[in-house]
Amino acid sequence: MFEELIHSAFYQRALAAAAFIGFTNGFFSGFVVLRRNALSVSALSHTMLPGIALGILVTGYLSQWNAFIGALFAALLVGLGSVAVARGKRIAEGTSLAVLYTAAFAAGVAILPKLETRTELEHWLFGDILAIGNSDLWIVYVVGALILIASNTMMRPLLLTLFEPNVAAAQGVPTRAMQYLVFMMLVLALVSSLQAVGCVLTVGLLVTPAATVSLLTDKTSALFWGGGLIGGVGSVLAVFLSGYLGIAPGPAIVILLGILFILAYLFSPKYGLLVPKFIFNRRP
Amino acid sequence: MIEGVSVAYRDILALDGVSFATSCGNRVALVGPNGAGKSTLLKAIAGLVPQRLGKIMWRGSSVKKWSREFAYLPQREEIDWSFPITVRGLVEMGRYPQVGWWRKFSKADNDAVDAALESLNLMDLQYRQIRELSGGQQQRAFLARALAQEAHVLLLDEPFTGLDRNASILLGDLLAKLAEEGRLIIASHHDLGSASLLFDEVLVLNTRQVGFGPVESVLTPSLIQETFAVTGAQSHV
Repeated sequence: MFEELIHSAFYQRALAAAAFIGFTNGFFSGFVVLRRNALSVSALSHTMLPGIALGILVTGYLSQWNAFIGALFAALLVGLGSVAVARGKRIAEGTSLAVLYTAAFAAGVAILPKLETRTELEHWLFGDILAIGNSDLWIVYVVGALILIASNTMMRPLLLTLFEPNVAAAQGVPTRAMQYLVFMMLVLALVSSLQAVGCVLTVGLLVTPAATVSLLTDKTSALFWGGGLIGGVGSVLAVFLSGYLGIAPGPAIVILLGILFILAYLFSPKYGLLVPKFIFNRRP
Repeated sequence: MIEGVSVAYRDILALDGVSFATSCGNRVALVGPNGAGKSTLLKAIAGLVPQRLGKIMWRGSSVKKWSREFAYLPQREEIDWSFPITVRGLVEMGRYPQVGWWRKFSKADNDAVDAALESLNLMDLQYRQIRELSGGQQQRAFLARALAQEAHVLLLDEPFTGLDRNASILLGDLLAKLAEEGRLIIASHHDLGSASLLFDEVLVLNTRQVGFGPVESVLTPSLIQETFAVTGAQSHV
């Protein structure tokens, strides 16, 4: 039965999607970890939901493309809206973001089941990688390639901006453009992983891989490539295991990545909790 | 050369009409009470904050043209020490303006990084994460980045704060050496007592310019009294 599963077309599509989504999201998670904004990623991912509802409402049907554009629109609205509200100084950016994203998410949960689609709400919340179609797979490839090309060609100015925005600006790096670039790549990554892990779980894929790597190495570039590797291999492995154990693949991916993180946290040669400290003379 | 520089944050004037001229090989201390505009002046020279009035010139033209020759070392608390970057990675960042955004590091670039690490005695520490260094070593790592950048003007914000006695002496010697090699060093400084040992010239600030010149002739008891008494600020020891 498991043999059969592996040879079926939909399962192979799922594996390809897992590998590619896992890699690009894992790669991008390097930026999330460096920016220390994992929580705002979580906020934006929840905003995808009303975005999809909006896409269906406006166009009257559901496709990857209008879901994508709706999600992009909603993410921009909430992301930029929270920045604008926080400009007033009275309300902190975290507060305004939390208010706006929960409100948006609630609207999505309320509206989506009312719309005429065959897709269950649960599909959007937790993903369904086994239902991925050929056109979905193409979106995954294109978005992934865009993210990888953009972040690799812009890696130096991006790193300077993340490390010391002031100094970067003085050296002539367009730091604001770099911030927008990271934001755009983030939304793209979120939309592409929606199919695989859903809008609630996608944060796991966009944070955990690089967080795990950061426990293992101090090399900045390893954060990205290592994150990609862990994300890709972990996702494929999780899809395999999920078929074997009979659990849903979306949660399986995030659980497996979480387990890898905890293992690194406990046993990392340099930073592990359970590794004797006297081997390395560490300074606090 | 700095002429009539004023900087304002929204409506609050942080610096008012500062003018002085100095040259390579000098170590210039910026002293003044808290909020006197020391950091602001450093940032204005580095091009990090826009100035409202005045001109900052270097080699006869506006500093904007020369950003590569200026290296700014921020105050310790402004740096994200847990950023996963090694000492070598940090120093390599100093080469980015030369190397550009895409070009690979050439042998000359790697040599410059090696030389910077070597001259600041960081070779053995180059693969450490920046948090794993002592305060003095961290200062040296950022100075190494400035050397890799081939900067001629080093702008340091409170470099001696938080260093123990030995590290302070080491850093003082190092700055003297860097100045001797022809660099201009401008640093904000808290400790009036050690200013004459560590610096050649001093600029006393209290939003406006109070005095400028060789340390001994400027830092007179009456001027110190006048500048620091009003705000009640004390110099740190």
